[in-house]
Amino acid sequence: MYSYSDFDAAFVRARVAQFTQQVERRLDGSLTEEEFRPLRLMNGLYLQLHAYMLRVAIPYGTLNPNQMRQLAHIAETWDKGYGHFTTRQNIQFNWPKLPDVPAILGALADVEMHAIQTSGNTVRNVTADHFAGAAADEIEDPRPYAELLRQWSTDHPEFQFLPRKFKIAITGSPNDRAVTRAHDIGLRMVRNAAGESGFEVLVGGGLGRTPMIGRVVRDFLPVQDLLPYVESVLSVYNTLGRRDNKYKARIKITVHETGKEEISRMIEERFAEIRPLFGGADQALLSDIRAAFAPPAFRNAPVDGYNAFYAADPVFRAWADTNLSAHRNDQYAIVTISVKAHGQTPGDATADQMRLMADLAERYGHGDLRISHEQNVILPHVHKSDLPAVHAALSQLGLATANVGLISDIIACPGMDYCALATARSIPIATQIATRFDELKLEHEIGPLKIKISGCINACGHHHVGHIGILGLDRAGVENYQITLGGDGTENAVIGEKTGPGFAYDEIIPAIERIVLAYLALRESAEETFLDAYRRLGMEPFKDALYTNEGSRDAA
Amino acid sequence: MSRPYAPKVVTANLLREGDVVYLTADDRWTPHHHEAELIEDEAHAQMRLLHGTAQKLVIVGAYLADARQGKDGPEPVHFREAFRTRGPSNYDHGKQADLRA
Repeated sequence: MYSYSDFDAAFVRARVAQFTQQVERRLDGSLTEEEFRPLRLMNGLYLQLHAYMLRVAIPYGTLNPNQMRQLAHIAETWDKGYGHFTTRQNIQFNWPKLPDVPAILGALADVEMHAIQTSGNTVRNVTADHFAGAAADEIEDPRPYAELLRQWSTDHPEFQFLPRKFKIAITGSPNDRAVTRAHDIGLRMVRNAAGESGFEVLVGGGLGRTPMIGRVVRDFLPVQDLLPYVESVLSVYNTLGRRDNKYKARIKITVHETGKEEISRMIEERFAEIRPLFGGADQALLSDIRAAFAPPAFRNAPVDGYNAFYAADPVFRAWADTNLSAHRNDQYAIVTISVKAHGQTPGDATADQMRLMADLAERYGHGDLRISHEQNVILPHVHKSDLPAVHAALSQLGLATANVGLISDIIACPGMDYCALATARSIPIATQIATRFDELKLEHEIGPLKIKISGCINACGHHHVGHIGILGLDRAGVENYQITLGGDGTENAVIGEKTGPGFAYDEIIPAIERIVLAYLALRESAEETFLDAYRRLGMEPFKDALYTNEGSRDAA
Repeated sequence: MSRPYAPKVVTANLLREGDVVYLTADDRWTPHHHEAELIEDEAHAQMRLLHGTAQKLVIVGAYLADARQGKDGPEPVHFREAFRTRGPSNYDHGKQADLRA
């Protein structure tokens, strides 16, 4: 894992000192709120509905155990004993008090963390495949490139006042677990005919008010051209992007209005100008960074114990079947720890849970933890013989729910329980759906199904790419929930289609139930997933289930 | 024909703690919505908002929110404002916990 250089450490400390003084000046009245607001946002501090919220960057979703323990310490010392993992692989603290924030930032700096560029019209935290460095299907670990991009984009003088925020996602696998097609820039590693690795570059994806799938502007970008090419994209966007209208300011609109051909041409033209200016320092840096991401020393040991335990214990088996993924070393597994116990807030972990996950990572996981955009925590490298012990420990603190990829593994933004921008609540919809299908004991029968919920049109909950998406709106002063079906966030990304009129707060759970029961009745076999069935059948049968005899079904 | 003015309260968040507060008729900031001054005149509402906004060392983000007269004093009209009187629905945190006597 990457460790801060002296330069990084000094930069982060200097920023903490600077913000400490800015807070003092706000509190003594030397700064007005208008003056202070952009300064606090540069340091990830928002004012939300009930309190301040501090968003802390977790670069490409990677944490070491000490960092996780420090997040637990912060949660207990300055917040209410928990943290919220977000869909951008960050963590948010929902209750900090303004005078305490400098101390929190100091505590973060102690473990090489910060909240810089987690807000504002800058390049935000670069997100990555949460299975990076471990996945069986991976071409190359994308994190060295993500770290290179982080260093390049942090405090980059040209890109501190972009037309709008800018999100980059990167994956080293052909199977896209990082939703690269719905990002301002998506980078998907591919190999060319000569067997060299490079990136397919997508530009102009994004969800929100105007959802769009990114367009491929380069089929194959050699890895050594990454920084100059990304800089070219940013540079063209910085010039063309609409600063006159906040709702048209993201690069997806720029791509749409300029046209893919023209913007590709402009990017290439700019690239030809700046490529020669990159004299190789970036590649020297990249090679140092690569060394920091060398794979761990995998243990070579028998896995018989695991196999026997798997055969003998049905609870363990259910967990192993849903929460483990294939590791590139076949003695190992990737463990997804569900932070989605039925009825609990998606992505919320208590300080005790964080410490347990840190301990398990240290003891059994080569000291590596990841946060997924699906708001779970990953132990990427666990030897199979250690899985029974890991599972037993997780069970003690409510972290062993066997539901990864299933209907209760729901993405939900904070919604109107916390967020000042929200138009409706998301969290209670998620917890009620999870609880309902747990009661029905249908979750495993239903199989893979991704529900994603956003509490406003900005789509932090990725509802457009949910197999079932739910969008909470304010319709004439009442919460109303619009459903989309058929969305997909993988390499075959699709924006979901609206079913029709929305549902009230107390109607939305029965509505989701009708859709899911219709799927169970219509599928050809248990192997046909919800998404496959939707693709085969189209919208109509689901619409019928949703809207026909709605009243009588509710009354039943 | 002009529509009658929808009554308002002045609301904001405390600068230091971030807590939701309301301006009272006797110029205090209270965490209780029902203690707020219910303002039924538009010009007076603007004056009270200015008065609240000027307290830059106490509060942040003052605005006028719709309210109506209730049994114990002003009540919120919109669900967002109702949530702001309590706190989040997923935990017993915020004012619903802090203000319980």
